[in-house]
Amino acid sequence: MYPSRFRYEAPRSIEEAIALLQQGGGEAKLLAGGQSLVPLLKLRFASPELLIDINNLPGLDYHKVDPDGTIRIGALCRHADLERSAILASRQPTMAAAAPLVADPIVRNRGTLVGSLCHADPQGDWASVVTALGGHVVAQGPNGRRKIPVSQFVTGPFQNALAYDEIAVEAVIPAPKGTVAGGYLKLERRVGDFATAGVAVAIERSGAVVTRAGIALTGVGSATIDATEAAKALVGSPLSAETIAQAAELAAGAAQPRTDHRGSAAYKRQIVRTFVERILTRVEQSSEKAG
Amino acid sequence: MTTQARDEIKIGGLGASRKRVEDNRFIRGKGNYVDDIVLPGMLHMEILRSPLAHARIVSIDTSKAWAIPGVRLVLTGEMMATRNLAWMPTLSYDTQAVLATDKVRFQGQEVACVIADDPYIAKDACEAIVVEYEALPVIVNPTQALADGAPLIRDDKENQHDNVVFDWEVGDRDGTERAFAQADLVSKLELHYPRSHPSPMECCGSIADFDRSTSKLTVYMTTQAPHIIRAAVALVAELPEHMIRIVSPDLGGGFGNKVPVYPGYVMSILASILLERPVKWIEDKTGNLISTGFARDIYLKGELALRKDGKILGVRMHTDSDHGAFFSDAQPSKFKIGLMHSAFSCYDIPSAHLTARGVYTNKAPGGVAYRCSFRVTEAMYFQERMVQAAADDLGMDQAEFRRRNFVRDDDFPHRTPFGFLTDSGQYGKCLQVGLEAIGYEDFLKQKEEAKSRGRLLGIGISTMTEPLGAGNSREYDILGIKMFDSAELRVHMTGKAILRTGAKTQGQGHETTWAQIVAHELGIPADDIVVEEGDTDTAPFGMGTYASRSTPVAGAAVAMVSRKVRAKARKLAAHLLEVSEEDIEWELGRFYVRSSPETGVSIQDCAYAAYSNMPDGMEPGLENVAYYDPPNLTWPFACYIATVEVDPQTGVWDVLRFVAVDDCGVRINPMVVEGQIMGGLTEAYAMASMQFITFDAQGNCIGSNYMDYLLPTAWETPGWELHEVVTPCPHHPIGAKGIGECATVGGPAAFVNAVLDAIKDTGVRNIDMPLLPDRVYEAITQRHDVSGAPPVKMDDHD
Repeated sequence: MYPSRFRYEAPRSIEEAIALLQQGGGEAKLLAGGQSLVPLLKLRFASPELLIDINNLPGLDYHKVDPDGTIRIGALCRHADLERSAILASRQPTMAAAAPLVADPIVRNRGTLVGSLCHADPQGDWASVVTALGGHVVAQGPNGRRKIPVSQFVTGPFQNALAYDEIAVEAVIPAPKGTVAGGYLKLERRVGDFATAGVAVAIERSGAVVTRAGIALTGVGSATIDATEAAKALVGSPLSAETIAQAAELAAGAAQPRTDHRGSAAYKRQIVRTFVERILTRVEQSSEKAG
Repeated sequence: MTTQARDEIKIGGLGASRKRVEDNRFIRGKGNYVDDIVLPGMLHMEILRSPLAHARIVSIDTSKAWAIPGVRLVLTGEMMATRNLAWMPTLSYDTQAVLATDKVRFQGQEVACVIADDPYIAKDACEAIVVEYEALPVIVNPTQALADGAPLIRDDKENQHDNVVFDWEVGDRDGTERAFAQADLVSKLELHYPRSHPSPMECCGSIADFDRSTSKLTVYMTTQAPHIIRAAVALVAELPEHMIRIVSPDLGGGFGNKVPVYPGYVMSILASILLERPVKWIEDKTGNLISTGFARDIYLKGELALRKDGKILGVRMHTDSDHGAFFSDAQPSKFKIGLMHSAFSCYDIPSAHLTARGVYTNKAPGGVAYRCSFRVTEAMYFQERMVQAAADDLGMDQAEFRRRNFVRDDDFPHRTPFGFLTDSGQYGKCLQVGLEAIGYEDFLKQKEEAKSRGRLLGIGISTMTEPLGAGNSREYDILGIKMFDSAELRVHMTGKAILRTGAKTQGQGHETTWAQIVAHELGIPADDIVVEEGDTDTAPFGMGTYASRSTPVAGAAVAMVSRKVRAKARKLAAHLLEVSEEDIEWELGRFYVRSSPETGVSIQDCAYAAYSNMPDGMEPGLENVAYYDPPNLTWPFACYIATVEVDPQTGVWDVLRFVAVDDCGVRINPMVVEGQIMGGLTEAYAMASMQFITFDAQGNCIGSNYMDYLLPTAWETPGWELHEVVTPCPHHPIGAKGIGECATVGGPAAFVNAVLDAIKDTGVRNIDMPLLPDRVYEAITQRHDVSGAPPVKMDDHD
């Protein structure tokens, strides 16, 4: 690979990294997992003057759960850590379903969840998952930290809400109030391919009644789509064939797909409809079994 | 055989699944590829490619590139033209631009190149070159190319007034018409075999090193055919052939992509001559995918004349092939559409007629390569899709329909519908082995049962017989050079040996298997034989490795040179045993006295005597060379059967099982053969399911990197169940046939036939490859055929 010339810095602290970002004045890029940035550099689609490698920043490679059930994922936590996570396996089915579907094993070894959110690729899996879960990003800048709900964090294709001198240090999934269920399904032409369409579903229930629902769509719009109407259709009653069908239809309607070499717009809507239905039907059937 | 004869399997002879000796260095990361070679004073070359598919070049300003420190040379078409090198001949009697002078004719065409101290500088300098283009209308398919008033792509050629490359026919037009007149039923099918790319992991590259003091040009390069390159360089660059040395080191795959001469090679050679320094060019993945020899891209109109009882009376085919901007197929000179007319060779059909038209389009040149010899891949795909459709049209079982039309085992030699002479095969037996392995009758029941629960199961059969091993010199040549091959064997004093051939391994395992042939013929353990290929200064002349020709031609030469050496060893043995030659018998690794079998000498004893104790008057040494011109092609056969399940809600299909029955004659190394079959099947699955290159209306290549051009990984590749039938080749010295490409050739139709079988109730007769889920879903829900290259409509909101 022969990228354009750039300066390389590998700071040892967040403060130092922020200072470098300020120095860079908008012409600097952060390098975490590098699984999107490095291909862009290689193709010279991105030619930053300064590359700030944050892999040496201490204490950011965690994912952990607070006593109240809040899940926190540090900026250097790799997809592979989440794939193997006992925390997610026992507490967060939507994330646990998505983790092994992100890209391919090689990418998962290096790439990070927070980096994926920052990259804001409409075909990125994590943005949908965190949206469906109502999560937020913690950004740190020269003036301290602030919380940005993920629905406001991703502002467009490959655009996020960070100021040029801010670093996304953590993603946060709020503590659930009921029992959690959900899943993630993605159609890809081949492992490692971007999603033709992907669907994240996260629900919380009190007894059989759905108390909170989130549905978000991958790869069927110019940014991650938060299918709020579809989610609303589930809240306030137990899952049933009728509510599932209604949510699936609303989610398909919320999609804004384009016809391209991955399939026609109508086909992608069909995938969204089918996947919402499949995830929720699976949830319903497993709860019936448990009940 | 005496008790002292060598155990053939123990010495790694014929039939031994010997581990590949070349893997020892590959798995340690010690392979030596072109990009591993570093020469003192070496410079680096990068190519500037056209972003447009068809455009007139108004101007090229290289001044900013020249100004960058470290830039040594900037070449443009204009500069190449002053040395008569702006254009070069192709392997099909056409011309191809080395660097564009007048206009660019496909996206990715070479426009300029920069030679600099390092590749970063060269790349920066390419970006600093300013090219002004005037866009022209773009042609991306044969329909557009043949339309009235279509823009003329090859306005550089005298007497070229349209976009037609050739109009060719073969077969019996009148006889075929009579057959169709007698038919009870005519089964028609229109098919497209989409464009794909061989895509070896290692892209193309070269290091040209011209030494003014010796006048010698050495070129390390990624080529499957080093001697053809030497001849081409001698003819094009007008350099004396003995002053050209082509070295093809370890190759990271070829699949036919590394047969042609590419502009990058030519430019690196010219640059080295001008600068008198070694110049390295290493192509990047996008450059490889968008500019080098693609594969397929051909449309078929096919018809079979059928009798009610299932007998095929005649076949009619018309193909329109898309050759891109330059006709640069590598194929036998006399066959314009390669060996397309090898179609239906395994079926007993009285008459056949093929018309073929080739067209120029604004796409990259190529057209033959990719693990297929000369359009045979397309021929067999068309054949097996047509056969499947005909069986369905007749309402006949697909296995039975094939069985009724196969050439029978006692019918050889057999003249095929288009006039080839096949010599051996057990087609019915292969099919039977396959049907039993897959459990055909049981599956049909299972399928019906599944249908009642809304599940879609299907089974698809494909057979193929491939004319492999180009070729015999009467019919096969490239640019007039006859397609024989060669081997040179030198046995050292201690009985160890070096073998060189004119072939060039690129993953086929020659270093392992050639030694096994020598072991079989001479009884020298395979571990005692080193195999060397790819250096034109040391290897005997050969036509290289492609078209599954190495074992049929070079492999035969290896056997023949071993026999020549054995003939001399026999004389040495007679001398050592003090008997006459007539009184000597041979067994593996040993000559002995007929009347006294325990009295004998080993082949190693003979080798030592050749250097230390030869009889009076005998020339010392134990070595020889053999050139082998095969009497015919070899004709392997295969039967592939896939079972699939289609998800009606998404169009996603999964392979349940896949059975392959290959008859490639005698297997030299069964493990290597099985590896070839598995690799070939994986590529067949790739083309059936996901792997294609397409273009938008502006001629932008969709498939220019591995995010868009999909190669299957271990994750989605099905498991392969392999079986064998052995019908030795009657004319090959050890009875072997080609195998490298069979599975790629025969495999795709099995998958497509299986998916179509699963959705047969919809009435859909065809979905063109690749069978992407959205295309299958469209067929199921719209109940219509899905034809042509997948559309690219990037701006089509619903």
